[in-house]
Amino acid sequence: MSQPKRERNLTSRRGFMASVSSGSLVLMARLSNAQDIEVATAAEGDVESFEPDLFVSIGSDGKVTILAHRSEMGTGIRTGLPRVVADELEADWSKVVIQQAVGDKRLGSQNTDGSNSVRHFFKRMRVAGATARTMLEQAAAAKWNVEPATCRGKNHRVVHAESGRSLAYGELVQAAGELKVPRPDELRMKPASEWRYIGKDAPITDLDAILTGKAVYGIDARMENQLYAVIARPPVVGGKVASFDSTETRKIAGVQSVIEIEGYQGAPVFQPLGGVAVCADSTWAAWQGRDRLRVNWEDGPNAEYDTDVYAGQLADSANKPGKVWRDTGDAKSVIAESDKVYAADYSVPHLSHAPMETPCAVADVKVDAGKVVSCVLKAATQNPQAVQQAVGAALGIPEAEVVVHVTLLGSGFGRKSKPDYCVEAALLSKELQRPVHVTWTREDDLQHDYYHTMSHVHIEASLREDGTPSGWLQRAAFPSISSLFSDGADQAAGFEIEMGLQDLPYEVPHIRVESGKAKAHTRIGWLRSVNHIPHNFAVSSFADELAHRAGCDPLDYLLTLLGEDRLLDVKAAGLSNRGASAEEYPYDIGRLKHVTQRAADLARWERRSELPKGRGLGIACCRSFLGYTGHVVEVAVDHDGSVQIPKVWTVLDAGVIVSPDRVLAQVEGAASMAATIAMYGKVTFRQGRVNQSNFDNYRIATMKDSPREIITELVESDAPPAGVGETPVPSFTPAMCNAIFSATGKRIRSLPLADHDLTWS
Amino acid sequence: MAIINVNGQKRDLGNVSSDTPLLWVLRDQLGLTGTKYGCGVSECGVCTVHLDGDAVQSCVTTVGEVGDSVVTTIEGLSDDGLHPVQNAWREHGVPQCGYCQVGQMMMAAALLKSNNDPTDEDIDNEMWNICRCGTYPRIRAAIKTAAKELQK
Repeated sequence: MSQPKRERNLTSRRGFMASVSSGSLVLMARLSNAQDIEVATAAEGDVESFEPDLFVSIGSDGKVTILAHRSEMGTGIRTGLPRVVADELEADWSKVVIQQAVGDKRLGSQNTDGSNSVRHFFKRMRVAGATARTMLEQAAAAKWNVEPATCRGKNHRVVHAESGRSLAYGELVQAAGELKVPRPDELRMKPASEWRYIGKDAPITDLDAILTGKAVYGIDARMENQLYAVIARPPVVGGKVASFDSTETRKIAGVQSVIEIEGYQGAPVFQPLGGVAVCADSTWAAWQGRDRLRVNWEDGPNAEYDTDVYAGQLADSANKPGKVWRDTGDAKSVIAESDKVYAADYSVPHLSHAPMETPCAVADVKVDAGKVVSCVLKAATQNPQAVQQAVGAALGIPEAEVVVHVTLLGSGFGRKSKPDYCVEAALLSKELQRPVHVTWTREDDLQHDYYHTMSHVHIEASLREDGTPSGWLQRAAFPSISSLFSDGADQAAGFEIEMGLQDLPYEVPHIRVESGKAKAHTRIGWLRSVNHIPHNFAVSSFADELAHRAGCDPLDYLLTLLGEDRLLDVKAAGLSNRGASAEEYPYDIGRLKHVTQRAADLARWERRSELPKGRGLGIACCRSFLGYTGHVVEVAVDHDGSVQIPKVWTVLDAGVIVSPDRVLAQVEGAASMAATIAMYGKVTFRQGRVNQSNFDNYRIATMKDSPREIITELVESDAPPAGVGETPVPSFTPAMCNAIFSATGKRIRSLPLADHDLTWS
Repeated sequence: MAIINVNGQKRDLGNVSSDTPLLWVLRDQLGLTGTKYGCGVSECGVCTVHLDGDAVQSCVTTVGEVGDSVVTTIEGLSDDGLHPVQNAWREHGVPQCGYCQVGQMMMAAALLKSNNDPTDEDIDNEMWNICRCGTYPRIRAAIKTAAKELQK
């Protein structure tokens, strides 16, 4: 490959252009700046001259191709965003083909996490669709010699109502392709009342492929002549291979090579953990070979990590003055001077993402004259651009020379935003000069994850005569995600504290939020809804405790705590608001109260006092990822302490909803995932090693113990779209634990429930 | 030399060792990647296939154990993707990420074969597959829909 760069550019574009017939209208919207849209006909030379972010093309046969640039891991985004484009385009959905984008930073962020896809791209996709439609309308108007404003794109045709004439989109693409691209302010956007697909349900585009076993995930990705690799990694993070013996490994039929991978330097980031890889003709041969390796490990600085000991350190840290993040009023003095102070501590252990599909990728590195020139990967990744960067850095080539094809993801939950496994595949391919597919076994996945933090939250409040708080102090201690990127970082990051701690929505005159130091001894990552999990567990449990202490109904008390309908002063509280303006995405206490009250109404909260012992309702609410959730959970606790969840009511206000049924599915899934967090989720370390190894000792809720019935209400709203995927996770767990208190009188201050004796008589 | 019967075809596995799990033979040797890997120890049900019509976990079923039995994978569950279970899964929009759904459907199809009117308790007991996306309520509903179809 003498001109690798040009070659790659052609490859990455040709992937898309190949499906577009010559003469197609190709609209390119620069997502990073929606003002700047360019157009070209599908001649390769022209395409080369643009640096577009998004492709919408319409063939002369009428076929519309829309690029999906976000990863599909179960949210339905690969269908949802293209439907937004198709809606404004007035395309016939049956004539739309969706094509998955390769990693390319010109597309804007492809990092499919943070519940950002619809929030960040809703408007931009509408503009892209409306631009294409407007050009088709203009082309038709010119042909008919009428005013463009009298022409309307409608269901894949441009119609001139006065004369009754119409032309199919395919008949207009050539003429449209010669027009100047209209500016966004020249576009006529469809009013919501005319939306054809937004807010309406459709099967996900991959449904049939999934149901027939034809869907391709990272574990299924294949390249010609590939080897299969399974890797022995250091059991302690930061450890290294001291020596190894592969004699027995090499006796396994099918084993081709045994290769040492170096440990990482500095902060872990997305570097491989290091270890010894066995490459073979099949996954099974590689796995067997891996299990027969004899490796002596040097455990390194984290060899003493013991989560029992660490829990005590976190508790200490959370119980002494720390870094101040918010100081509204003078909570410190008010609490110090009060003779009625109530305090409680809450803890949540490490959790593992445990996506159903373990991390998997296949890589093919091209070497020319002893020098690495490029790499092509197929990977189950939430962030193909991070793959480009990490693989590029590891191979010493520009990230533009790394082509990442994104497969479907067998779920991700944040694990697959971190491409260490892609780098492993690339390093092995470089060494063997042929494609190598890396499969993580379940044991690898559970023992070498980027774990959800382990957390301790201390809360104290000074109480008035009526039991409401006059001052509130909360302090969290947990190893931070920043430690992943900055070696030795021992202080929380602002975005972590903001998730459920600094943004305390209660109407309390004196609020102080702090964090204590905590050094990480393993890789800390982000897991669906992130720090909201421990923080909302603490805050919503504490509110329930205060209610019971005051002899109040927990719902009434919570609504009193939330206070008047108002907008929380985001600036005064020091919140970044996830980068969104407070004008567009205010912190609206009224909306938070509404979802809470509605969840209670749906659950018929008044039944609470009539329930027999062992049966209870619990309530909690949360604003997260700019959306609002109210949860009521009903539990049935047997005398023997076993817990069932007969029913859950969730009310979600996430602004405009693109795909209602997929949003319902996310809410249902959130209840199930949070039930696992509440009941079972716990990763422990001893001597730096993870104790859990598979689903027998890292238990996941199943059909039997997951919430039996999930009632969901989506608030109708014309507010801008907020997050959905993570939003309904946090408040489930405290609502469930509050229900357990109601049912049994047992207050849960540490997760999971499996650690507690819930028997009663 | 091992020969196994998969989806109505005799497949020659060459000199594969008889203790090789069926899962990896299906996926890596026969290219039938519809059957997924999840845990390797029969804890999650993701790799479920049918052996003479019964649900088994292919990750712990060896080629030797398969012997002359008939193996059915998702690729052979129906010719057209229209098995009542597949139809019900479609109707209820069950899949999210979809990864575990093949195993779920194979499990459900076997359950319905022996019991075409399963109660909630039957479903609780038989459908122990793990789904991390949390599609359980829809799976339950889809099984009931498929049962009605099969009762006709």
